[in-house]
Formats: sequence, structure tokens, C-alpha cells
Amino acid sequence: MSTGTTGPGEEQQREPAHEAQEAGSQQLVQPPKGVAPLELLEVRKGLFGVRGTGDTSGFGRLERTVAMPGPSTRPYGGYFDEVVDILAEVLEEASVAFEDAVEKVVVFRGEMTLYVVREHLELVARSLRDDQDLRFELCLGVNGVHYPNDAGRELHAVYPLLSVTHNRTIRLEVAAPDADPHIPTLTQVYPANNWHERETWDFFGLIFDGHPALTRIEMPDDWPGHPQRKDYPLGGIPVEYKGATVPAPDQRRSYN
Amino acid sequence: MSSTTPSATRGAGPAGTEGVHEFTATGGDWDQISAEAERLGDERIVVNMGPQHPSTHGVLRVVLEIEGETVTEARAGIGFLHTGIEKNMEFRTWTQGVTFCTRMDYVAPLFQEAGYCLAVEKLLDITDDVPERATLIRVLMMELNRVASHMVAIGSGGNELGATTMMTIAFRDREEIMRIFEAVTGLRMNHAYIRPGGVAQDLAPGTTQMVRDAIPKIRNGIAELEKITLANPIFIGRQQGVGYLPLAGAIALGAAGPILRAAGLPFDLRRTQPYCGYETYDFEIVTETGADAYARMVVRFREMRESLKIVQQVLDRLEAQDRQGKHPVMVADKKIAWPAQLAVGTDGQGNSLEHIKEIMGTSMEALIHHFKLVTEGFRVPAGQVYQQIEHPKGILGVHLVSDGGTRPYRAHFRDPSFNNLQTLGIMCEGGTIADVVVALASIDPVLGGVDR
Repeated sequence: MSTGTTGPGEEQQREPAHEAQEAGSQQLVQPPKGVAPLELLEVRKGLFGVRGTGDTSGFGRLERTVAMPGPSTRPYGGYFDEVVDILAEVLEEASVAFEDAVEKVVVFRGEMTLYVVREHLELVARSLRDDQDLRFELCLGVNGVHYPNDAGRELHAVYPLLSVTHNRTIRLEVAAPDADPHIPTLTQVYPANNWHERETWDFFGLIFDGHPALTRIEMPDDWPGHPQRKDYPLGGIPVEYKGATVPAPDQRRSYN
Repeated sequence: MSSTTPSATRGAGPAGTEGVHEFTATGGDWDQISAEAERLGDERIVVNMGPQHPSTHGVLRVVLEIEGETVTEARAGIGFLHTGIEKNMEFRTWTQGVTFCTRMDYVAPLFQEAGYCLAVEKLLDITDDVPERATLIRVLMMELNRVASHMVAIGSGGNELGATTMMTIAFRDREEIMRIFEAVTGLRMNHAYIRPGGVAQDLAPGTTQMVRDAIPKIRNGIAELEKITLANPIFIGRQQGVGYLPLAGAIALGAAGPILRAAGLPFDLRRTQPYCGYETYDFEIVTETGADAYARMVVRFREMRESLKIVQQVLDRLEAQDRQGKHPVMVADKKIAWPAQLAVGTDGQGNSLEHIKEIMGTSMEALIHHFKLVTEGFRVPAGQVYQQIEHPKGILGVHLVSDGGTRPYRAHFRDPSFNNLQTLGIMCEGGTIADVVVALASIDPVLGGVDR
């Protein structure tokens, strides 16, 4: 992000996982027993957001690994197995292998996320909507998440789907690199996503290819930058009250 | 453009609008403008409604392309109330997040709070540990809030048509609910009352009786409002067949809530994916088949009655609990539960004296614990969850991502109004300008939620 400046002690103290662990972002962290493996995202050092010689906190050598829930293995539980099986069959008919379209399946807190390769997003969504055993008629929009340390897949788009017919919910997640922030639009499959995709473009800079009118929706048309990205500063001014000064929210002490 | 002698100016706006005539209306000069427009003979006329709104909806701009009185194209322009609540939440603790999300849809604040807290609890994996009483209070507050929200929808909808009486009746009876909210949370809006792990404070003694006393008044108000609207020939004439959106259109545009139920689909998350123990309450899912503005109003009227039915049942359960003694309203886990209880002292509301005595006088550890939990907050395991609840206006979705820290990594609210406002175009196109207002009121958008 060109316009964003880095928040104090936010970015420079974070090392991408592959540097810290000499491995790609698929590095797995050994989890506590009975829990799905975790995917290492980054390693953070220190505390309170101070770095270098100025760090007199005594916590400078503290390390915290940030890891997200990793791929789950079968059985996924509940209706999740059935949904995956049927989806694999439907994709097979369209001569796309399930493994090529869906990178991984993550089940966390009773919710299933299918990580879809962006080239196959529309096909997957259409299959999920149209097959009579799947019938995910409602898409509750799309939401972006920015992982600056997830090298090569910094920008994620999350699509919650809901099936009224079968009373089921699943989630699709698509990743795109920052250097090539393109994801095919789903407005042909779910017209409701029109405004949601505009919002995600506005806030994250994700370009939804094929969208009928991808313009800013919340921010002014001439606004520079995409405010929900992690490298975009929150802004704010210090507030003085009864002689003391309360710093702006992004300047306050943070607990990594 | 001078307001005294309206005449067309050549537009110098964005590309594609060069040479287009522009008019600026400042009220009262419509005759001159229309005469001037007639003289120029432009075939395509674009009218800006807004950006402002004299009602409770908030600031909205509607761009209309008209042919005579007929709207050929309608587009909603939003963003005027965008305040970056989601971004701000990334810089506050999980508990402080409640204070922010309650300000999104300010007509139904308790739904954002409940949805957010349910999502945080899911991430913490403590959904089952939330005390029964906290859940009962949440349901009580949500259902009262649903009635209040529908009151605003109907009342301000009437006000926009010039029926101020509808507004005054609706707001008079909403006031009963506001009083209950004030008694329970201390505030009429922006409550920050529902917290991760439970609620901020137990009901004050006598609250259930207060609600019981208010219910007949609210019921009377609903009946009165219903009498002057649903059978009123002017109201019917303005509402029936206006803002038509059939089931297929509603599903395609993701419009849930009264819009979907007025199109005939009995879809309600309280029934299909129950949360907060909604499966244990006896209530009906209201549907109509008109799929127009009138049907949506009827759905709202009937839903208010169903909500009051749920309120009655919650009150019975709360009173049964009252007879058994004191029940907790926050999870037992001291690492998550807010350490202090509020109390009203001589100098206003604040931390209870008992708690101050303990942390300042007797227990150093309690002081440290209080300080750490309030300033640093609790940590939430890394991962993401999505919680959807039935908001008065449709499906409210809360998407939370945690990186294992004391703040949300990302918080996103799928506000129902944001999604439903998309349907304005399809509801208005082909109708008259006057019906745009009716269609808009039947969607019941609150721009604070739309723009966040």
C-alpha cells in the first residue's frame, strides 16, 4: 500500500513466518493434543510495541508465534463430509478435480471453511448454489482480511454461504497475492454480492474481475488507499485532559 | 446556481457529463425549474434525492433517472455515515469492541452487541459456559429491541408519507421500551450492556415487574397504530403493490428479514439456527404473500406481537430464577469475566464500593488482576468464526478473526440494511417518484449500520 505509513512498532517487529522458521507459510506448529494442527503465520517479538535500543521493558526477547487453525482431516463431522463429497462429485462432472479447486478444508469451532483456488471460485460457487443436494441459495456477502505476512497470499476474501433448503452454513475463503489482487466476481452467481464486493474493493483493494461497476462505496470516490489494510494507519490525535495526554489509539501500548 | 432565478447551467462535472444541464433546487422553485426543463427539452432527467434525510434513517443519497413522474433507474449512494468502526475495533480490546459495534445500527443496538459477543464466545469456546440468566436477559433485551426497531420502521415510514400521527404514536410507545433499557443498562442507546461472557449487570430489583407493566401499554400502542394504518384507505393506496420484490428477487439479492418473510418464505434464524436458547420459546414465524411495502408493514406488526410473546416467556423464567436466589450473569472464568460490578453511589454510577475496598485495601493480587484485565484484556485463541443472528431487519453476520491477541485481528459486520438497501433499485424502477419514499421506508435501512 503506497499511501499507508507503518504504525509505530507494528510492522517492523513482525517477521514473516518463512524467515523465522526457514519454511513457507504452510509450516505447521505442533498443537496441544486433540487440536487440529496450526498454520504458522508470523512470529512476534517483544511486548508493548517497543523495539531496538529503546526497549527497556525487559520483554524484548519474548516471542509469540501467530498460527491459524490448519487443515482438518476426515471425518469433518456433521454434514460437512456430505457437502464435501457432493461438491467433489459435481466438480468431477465439470472435469475439475476437487484437490485442484479446493486447497484445504478447515473445521474450527464447528464451522467449515473451504479454501478455494481463485480460478475455480465461480465454478465452486455455482455448483454449491445449483446442485439440488447442496443448494446454498444465500451468500451473505464477502469480507476481506489482510494478512501482510502470509507471503504470496496476503489478501483473503471470505464468503459465508447459507442453504435455506438444507439449513446448512459453510464458508469459502479465497486468497490473492498483494502483487496481483484479482479475484473473479461472484455477482453472476450471487447478485447480492454486488455491494459487498464494492466494499471489499474499497477497504482492501481487492479487484473483483467482471464486476459490473467496481467503484468505491463507503469512502469518497477520490480517496487514496484502502483503509482496512493492516499497513493503513488508523490515524487520530492525542487528547489532553486535565493535564494528562491520552495518545491516539494506534499509538497506545499494545500487547502483541 | 442562484436560488431566485433558476436556470440551467452547463455542467462541468466528471467525464461524460460535459454539456449536461444542471439545476439546483432550494425548495419552492419547482415551477420555475420544470418550466425551464420543459423549455430545454432534455429527454433524460437525473434527480438527486439527498444526500440527506429528514427522518431517523440517516444520510442517504438516491440518484433517480426519471421520465415524467416515472423512475426509470434508481441507485442508492451511501457512505456518508462511514466512521470506520470496524477499523477502530482492531485497536481496542475484545471487551471494548462492544462499545463500538453498538453504535452501528443505533435503532437496534443490542443485536450488534449480542451477535458480536456470541461470536467472541464461540472463538473462546465458552458458548456453553455463559450463565442461563445472562442468556435470558439477552433474549429479553433483544426482543424488546426488536419491537422498538419495528416501531421506528413503521412510525418513521408513516412520517415520510406525511402521517406524523403514526410517528408520534410509534415513538410514544417506543419510549416505554427506552425506559426499560435505561433502567437495565443505564442508557437509552449505545448500551455496551451485553459483554463477552454474559451481561454487564444483573437486572435491578423490580425490573421484571416494570416490563410486565409496560407490556399492556406497548400492546395498546401496537393496536392503535394498526387501526390507523392497516385499514386506512390512504395507507393501503400508498403501500399496496408498491416496492414489489418477489421471493426469487429477495433471495437473489440476499434480502432477509421482513422483506423475505413478506414474500412468503418462513425463514428466521431464531428457528432454523437457534442461538441464545430460542428453540425453547413458543413463537410463530410470521409470513405474508404480498411481497410489497404493505405486506412488510403487516409482517412487522405481527412480529412485534410475537416478540412480546417471547418477552412474556422470558419474564416467567426470570421470575422463577428470582425466587431461587442470586444467579450469576457472567461466566465463572475470572480470566474473562469483567472484574467489577457497577453500583450507583452518591456521585453517580461507578465501580461498586465493595470491589474498590477489596482491590485497594485487602488484596494486591485482585488489584493486579483488575488492572491487567481492564487495560490489557483477555487473549482469544487464533482462528475465525462467523455468527449470524436474526436482526429486526434481516440477517446480521459477525465475522471475527483473531490472531491470538488481546484485540480483534479483523471484525466485520454484515449489516442487514447494507445488503437490503441494494434492493431499492429493483423496487423503485418503473414506479413513480412518490413511491420511492414508500419503498425506501419498507426496506427500513438505518444508515449508521449501512455505513458503519
